[in-house]
Amino acid sequence: MTTATISATSVDRDAEGFLTDPQQWSERLAEEIARENGIEELTERHWLVVRFMRDRYLTTGSAPSIRSLGKESGVPVKELYQLFPKGPAKLAAKIGGIPKPKGCI
Amino acid sequence: MPDRGPRSKLGVDANKEADMAKKQIVILGGGTGGTMTANRLRRRFENDAAEIHVVDRDDRHVYQPGLLFVPFGLAHSDEIVRPRRRQLRSGIAFHQRGVESVETDTNRVVLDDGTVLPYDVLVVATGVRLQPEETEGLSGLGWNERVFTFYTPEGAEALRGALDRFDGGRLVVNLVDMPIKCPVAPLEFAFLADWYLRERGVRTRTELVYSTPLDGAFTKPIASQRLGGLLTQKDIELVTEFNAGEVDGVGGVLRAFDGRELDFDLLVTVPLHGGAAYVERSPGLGDVLGFVPADKRTLQTPAKPNVFALGDATDLPTSKAGSVTHFEAEVLTENVARYFDGRDLDTSYDGHANCFIETGFHKALLIDFNYETEPLPGRFGPLPLLRESRLNHMGKLLFQWVYWHALLPGREVPGLGPAMPTAGKRPVPVHAT
Ligand SMILES: Cc1cc2nc3c(=O)[nH]c(=O)nc-3n(C[C@H](O)[C@H](O)[C@H](O)COP(=O)(O)OP(=O)(O)OC[C@H]3O[C@@H](n4cnc5c(N)ncnc54)[C@H](O)[C@@H]3O)c2cc1C
Repeated sequence: MTTATISATSVDRDAEGFLTDPQQWSERLAEEIARENGIEELTERHWLVVRFMRDRYLTTGSAPSIRSLGKESGVPVKELYQLFPKGPAKLAAKIGGIPKPKGCI
Repeated sequence: MPDRGPRSKLGVDANKEADMAKKQIVILGGGTGGTMTANRLRRRFENDAAEIHVVDRDDRHVYQPGLLFVPFGLAHSDEIVRPRRRQLRSGIAFHQRGVESVETDTNRVVLDDGTVLPYDVLVVATGVRLQPEETEGLSGLGWNERVFTFYTPEGAEALRGALDRFDGGRLVVNLVDMPIKCPVAPLEFAFLADWYLRERGVRTRTELVYSTPLDGAFTKPIASQRLGGLLTQKDIELVTEFNAGEVDGVGGVLRAFDGRELDFDLLVTVPLHGGAAYVERSPGLGDVLGFVPADKRTLQTPAKPNVFALGDATDLPTSKAGSVTHFEAEVLTENVARYFDGRDLDTSYDGHANCFIETGFHKALLIDFNYETEPLPGRFGPLPLLRESRLNHMGKLLFQWVYWHALLPGREVPGLGPAMPTAGKRPVPVHAT
């Protein structure tokens, strides 16, 4: 685990850059993590996905897969990839300050 | 109401009372899990203690692991299909019907001809539904011409013809997204294709590609490393984090959502999987993909205490596999009995799964794991784990016999139980992959 200083506050992140404590998250932090990952500006659509992921994680303890995300968030999978080119579920989770989604077995 | 079997010689009123006390158990799906569960429950309860109903839309029980061998001419689809009815013990009512919906608030199942089956306990075992139509172009032009799946008997037969005619070029194997049943099956297909094409002398003219949305050959780190190594050894190109979004079956292009493209002459795909369609028509039963949430240790659903689920139909975080279904059936049967008695449920299912992995040239690998422990090297009884051997291949072939004659009838198989054995396993430090 590493401690990084983003937006002048220090937060704990794992080796891949996911926050280890979702409580340390803030919207400003989200914007910075997005920039780190090549997304210059978070649009309304980005926010919709990020908030959906985060809410889901906080209420159920796990984040949805890309397919469920596409069906439930109202943002089609194709668009999810346009918004978060390097893997929507992972990137939206990282920006939303929640742990890396677990894959299926 | 369906036929309730012969009436006893008691008076009508006594009959009515006996019927009231008689539990109604309805099992949806007469595949691996539904059949095992029905047979186990039938042995557990006297005929006058419970009525057991099994519903399936057709009368063709497919031994699905056999589908892997069909494209290579190593099995014929007729040899792996038997009538469902014949796998059920006497005293089990079989309804050859589609399920229309489940009404958990009134404890009723509605079939597609309008028949209503009331139940005291419901068991959901309807497996998965393949959804090629959910991927753009996949089931369009070129389907069963250049683009195939071996996950159905028809698909496996069609692919056999195409492989027989295949004279070199690019053969791409792709799994569209998890979850899929038997997650090792597409890898096994790639290994066997390598063997088959070498035997036929066309391997040198063939580029074999394995593309997956995962970040390695398999889901769990140690197995992923070993299986990835086998791909390299066999000169099969591994393309990872490839999320297939679109297929051009005429031009021969598989396109990922991120824009990457794989050209193919022959595409062998494992389409998206979802739960049975009626789940979506049954309020509160399933999740957005149609899978049925269930307690990972007891198999009771959160939908209602008298509804249980097992096999591929569930959302449990273990493999969708026949072995899993078998271990679950043991715990589920126990829990139906405990539910009727008002006792605490058995929490002993631990996610135990094991799978033979065919690697070609008459060899196979074996993996054994559960919710907590990933597949480890070592031994499982006489069989080596995570290592190629002829003995494992024999095990895989023998399994069809075990399936029809021991697993489906619900007989105990020594050494195969719901809790994962730890003896013989070597813990290995997890390497970064
Ligand atoms: C190619 C391939 C290879 C495999 N290899 C292995 C292996 O080596 N080892 C292993 O352990 N597992 C293997 N499996 C997986 C294994 O076959 C499944 O996990 C297992 O059959 C699951 O059992 P189930 O009862 O959940 O589903 P199924 O056996 O698929 O049964 C579901 C049943 O429900 C019925 N149904 C569905 N919807 C409805 C409806 N609306 N109305 C009425 N009936 C309905 C279907 O007709 C079907 O009969 C393999 C699978 C495939 C496809």
